[in-house]
Amino acid sequence: MRYNEKELQALSRQPAELAAELGMRGPKKGSVLKRRLVKLVVNFLFYFRTDEAEPVGALLLERCRVTQEEPSGFSISFMEDPERKYHFECCSEEQCQEWMGALRRASYEFMRRSLIFYRNEIQKMTGKDPLEQFGISEEARFQLGGLKA
Amino acid sequence: MKLNERSLAFYATCDAPVDNAGFLYKKGGRHAAYHRRWFVLRGNMLFYFEEPASREPVGVIILEGCTVELVEAAEEFAFAVRFAGARARTYVLAAESQAAMEGWVKALSRASFDYLRLVVRELEQQLAAMRAGDCPPPPRRPRALPPKENGCAVWSAEPPPAAAAALILSPAGAAAPAGSRPGPAPPPLPPRRRAWAPNGPPHAGSFARLHEWYGQEVRALRSQWLGSRSRAQP
Repeated sequence: MRYNEKELQALSRQPAELAAELGMRGPKKGSVLKRRLVKLVVNFLFYFRTDEAEPVGALLLERCRVTQEEPSGFSISFMEDPERKYHFECCSEEQCQEWMGALRRASYEFMRRSLIFYRNEIQKMTGKDPLEQFGISEEARFQLGGLKA
Repeated sequence: MKLNERSLAFYATCDAPVDNAGFLYKKGGRHAAYHRRWFVLRGNMLFYFEEPASREPVGVIILEGCTVELVEAAEEFAFAVRFAGARARTYVLAAESQAAMEGWVKALSRASFDYLRLVVRELEQQLAAMRAGDCPPPPRRPRALPPKENGCAVWSAEPPPAAAAALILSPAGAAAPAGSRPGPAPPPLPPRRRAWAPNGPPHAGSFARLHEWYGQEVRALRSQWLGSRSRAQP
């Protein structure tokens, strides 16, 4: 699949939601744990060698599942192949919880559901649609009907 | 750069909401011909397929840090998705009608994750303010650990700039995150909001005072942003 790699590289240089040096192990059998600088930017998780400015790779965080594996470790897997896991090791349980929370909230789909929820709540409380002032109340992406199970 | 392409392809064809779909003509390169492709916008990903029934996309355009503009082209109903940077690509696309073109330009200019996050944070603040009423909002939980630096890559955990001001002005303007475009400087980052900060919003007092405080900041940011935009006009 073709993709705009230059723009993805530029994205990896943007301000991060969360960034830390973690242990990382790929999904292939026999992968070893490596130290990587891991950076969460919008719905992408970039991982860098600790002394390099360009990322080794990126994971799009849509339709993924974040699972606690050990007290200070978690894994990311994707819906189309739940057994294929990217493993991450943190330095503490607290760091692990922080990353898991952030990654679960990092998808576009999660943001969309949050927006629909807040819109609904505000509308219930005030009787007014808060998206009207931004001129986006008719956007298909923000409609209640857009929510899928 | 490695990318989880299989997952990307899965996301392209799963049952997540579709934000826009239709045929567009895509220009192959600067001197290439147009190809008719089936485009599907989902979140901040613009996938394109050979045809609607295709099981895998031909490609994807990741829509962060881009602007969407109308263009002068031989092709009718043409528009461009433009990225910043020295050798960045501009994707020239053409719709099959005026209405389709307008629909795509609107949908694409609001497609970025950054834009959605601004809207969500704005609503979150509104809801929190309404629920708190006259009570002060709870202090923001400080980060457990500071983000690491490796001396090469740029890190920052600062929130995106000028949330409310950019939203009110125009969705296309709000689509660009700080530092990703040349041209007018983005508005300065607002001070990180903590309820108990000395120059932060009034934490005791009525919602009206809180509203007025945020309003002042929005007005100031807005006039700054407008000022820098008009300076940048060719």
